[in-house]
Amino acid sequence: MSEGVMGAVGAGRVAALAEPIIQVRGLTKIYHVGDVEVHALRGSNLEIARGEFVAIVGASGSGKSTLFHILGGLTPPTAGTVVIDGKDLARMSNQERTELRKTTVGFVFQKYNLLPTLSAEDNIKIVEYIGGRPTAFTPEFVEVLHLLGIADRMKHKPRALSGGQQQRVAIARGIVNNPAILLADEPTGNLDSQNSAAVLAVLKDLNERTGQTILMITHDPEAASYASRTVHIRDGRIV
Amino acid sequence: MNKLIFANLTHRPVRTLLSVLAIAVEVTMILTLVGVSHGTLDSTAARARGVGADIVVRPPNSTVVSALSSAPMSDKLIGVLMQQPHVALATGTVIQGLTFPDSITGLDFATFNKMNGGFTYLSGGDPVNEDDITVDQYYAQHRHLRVGDTLRLVNRDWRVSGIFEGGKLANICVKLSALQAITGSPGHLSQIYVKLDDSKWTDAVVAELKTKMPGYPIYSMEELTSMLSINNIGMLKDFIWVVITVAVIVGFIVVFLAMYTAVLERTREIGILKAVGGSSGLVLELLLRETMLLALLGSVLGIALTYGTQWLMKMLVPPPLVQETVYYWWPIAGGIAVVGSMLGVVVPGVKAVQQDVTEALSYE
Ligand SMILES: Nc1ncnc2c1ncn2[C@@H]1O[C@H](COP(=O)(O)OP(=O)(O)OP(=O)(O)O)[C@@H](O)[C@H]1O
Ligand SMILES: [Mg+2]
Repeated sequence: MSEGVMGAVGAGRVAALAEPIIQVRGLTKIYHVGDVEVHALRGSNLEIARGEFVAIVGASGSGKSTLFHILGGLTPPTAGTVVIDGKDLARMSNQERTELRKTTVGFVFQKYNLLPTLSAEDNIKIVEYIGGRPTAFTPEFVEVLHLLGIADRMKHKPRALSGGQQQRVAIARGIVNNPAILLADEPTGNLDSQNSAAVLAVLKDLNERTGQTILMITHDPEAASYASRTVHIRDGRIV
Repeated sequence: MNKLIFANLTHRPVRTLLSVLAIAVEVTMILTLVGVSHGTLDSTAARARGVGADIVVRPPNSTVVSALSSAPMSDKLIGVLMQQPHVALATGTVIQGLTFPDSITGLDFATFNKMNGGFTYLSGGDPVNEDDITVDQYYAQHRHLRVGDTLRLVNRDWRVSGIFEGGKLANICVKLSALQAITGSPGHLSQIYVKLDDSKWTDAVVAELKTKMPGYPIYSMEELTSMLSINNIGMLKDFIWVVITVAVIVGFIVVFLAMYTAVLERTREIGILKAVGGSSGLVLELLLRETMLLALLGSVLGIALTYGTQWLMKMLVPPPLVQETVYYWWPIAGGIAVVGSMLGVVVPGVKAVQQDVTEALSYE
């Protein structure tokens, strides 16, 4: 059984060599804050193969989160092209970008972004609902919740959770629909080393077992070592 | 989905309550105004019917709802009318307007009693002396009157001789001769009621009287009461529409503001929903369903509050201003609340789902 899965992933990896799942060319993003222009990205190029687990490392303010937001179609780039799964983001309609987030790209936000009115469980289930799936956790997913150490925190609202707990709920939410690409923005930023290791193990396992493409922003070299490749970003440029 | 709507409503209980109240007040405002308009006219019609007459003769140039505060008909007309075929009884009244909406009516109690059995007295009885006065129980309650008390009206002290059950003819009555003397019109009448030996002759007698008394508005009682129904009174209808329009606009603004700020407050949550793959349609549907629920709750509360205003009207305002429950206006007032609040949410809602998700997420 597990050999079968691995075989399928192996085939996916071969295909990935032919066509990257993410292709970024000359990506530029300028934020306008009043009259001031903030250059968050200055012509970045990036290529991610299907099934890769990539760590993205860079100083604060170097444009890492901005890159993620553009990859998920949350904000348009100022210049440059982004091709996700063979489709040019700039040519997508609003509806298609919504569909992209619904089916292809999952987020774990640096600031968690959980819905404050819903319990942890419902925060995850609403994503299942939006994705058109049954809103019931599979035994495998419950196992993941245990691994993340939040299985007994599901009835709490975000207000009643610690930062680290909210972060792990956000991770569970990001992976519940098995998106082809997971964009995790500092998923271990608020965790102690033990919980960090648990989260990274879950991500690594997902990547290896299901061939999920993972991009992970991190400041922690230890965390980066879980990835198969590390990309450095400096001053809005990927180096 | 429904869970999220419910969670949103209970997460901010004060805001939810305020929105529901705003909508409820709008609904109550409309229903109370409509109820008072309908009730006042209906009770006026019921009073007229209670007289037991078949035909009413009014002075020339008067209209259905004219104040009738002058007494321009001669009481000699009574004798003329009595000689007409089928006429069994004829009696005249004088009406003198007081501070709105009250008026004092002078009537010939002997004939009036023959026509309809007279007032049903809760205490006391018909006036005997020229300075006796009878009032209905609502007026008595309002002015804290009992039999034997003194009541000052039209610059005179009256002694209360009886308190009767309201709903017939008028709410403040004195002897015809007494009011004629005060208003300086002895022998003159504001209105004449005619009773026939059999109601089946009504139309024939009305037709004949019209030819014999040209210029006098002559109505069958049925005609008169149907003309008092609300849609026949143009001015009142216009007034009601003006007031309702104002109520709707005020209500709309209140609801619009409440929903507008609610949506702004939600900017970040809307961004989250979009970031996890929620479509603009889904977010809008969520907002609209939530608003629908608020509007329905508000409408129900508003309707319930109408019974409160009805009670207040009964306690504080004497007839003929009566507030009725006008059921067919319930869905209309509710519909206005629903549409108003929906529009109030669509404008900021469309704006919110169209904005840059990153910006929405960084909204504090
Ligand atoms: N919504 C925004 N409006 C204006 N400027 C922004 C916005 N978001 C980011 N920036 C600016 O763009 C630059 C890059 O920001 P970004 O959040 O991508 O950095 P980052 O690499 O994720 O940093 P960190 O490690 O601190 O999270 C910063 O200078 C930041 O101030
Ligand atoms: Mg960041």
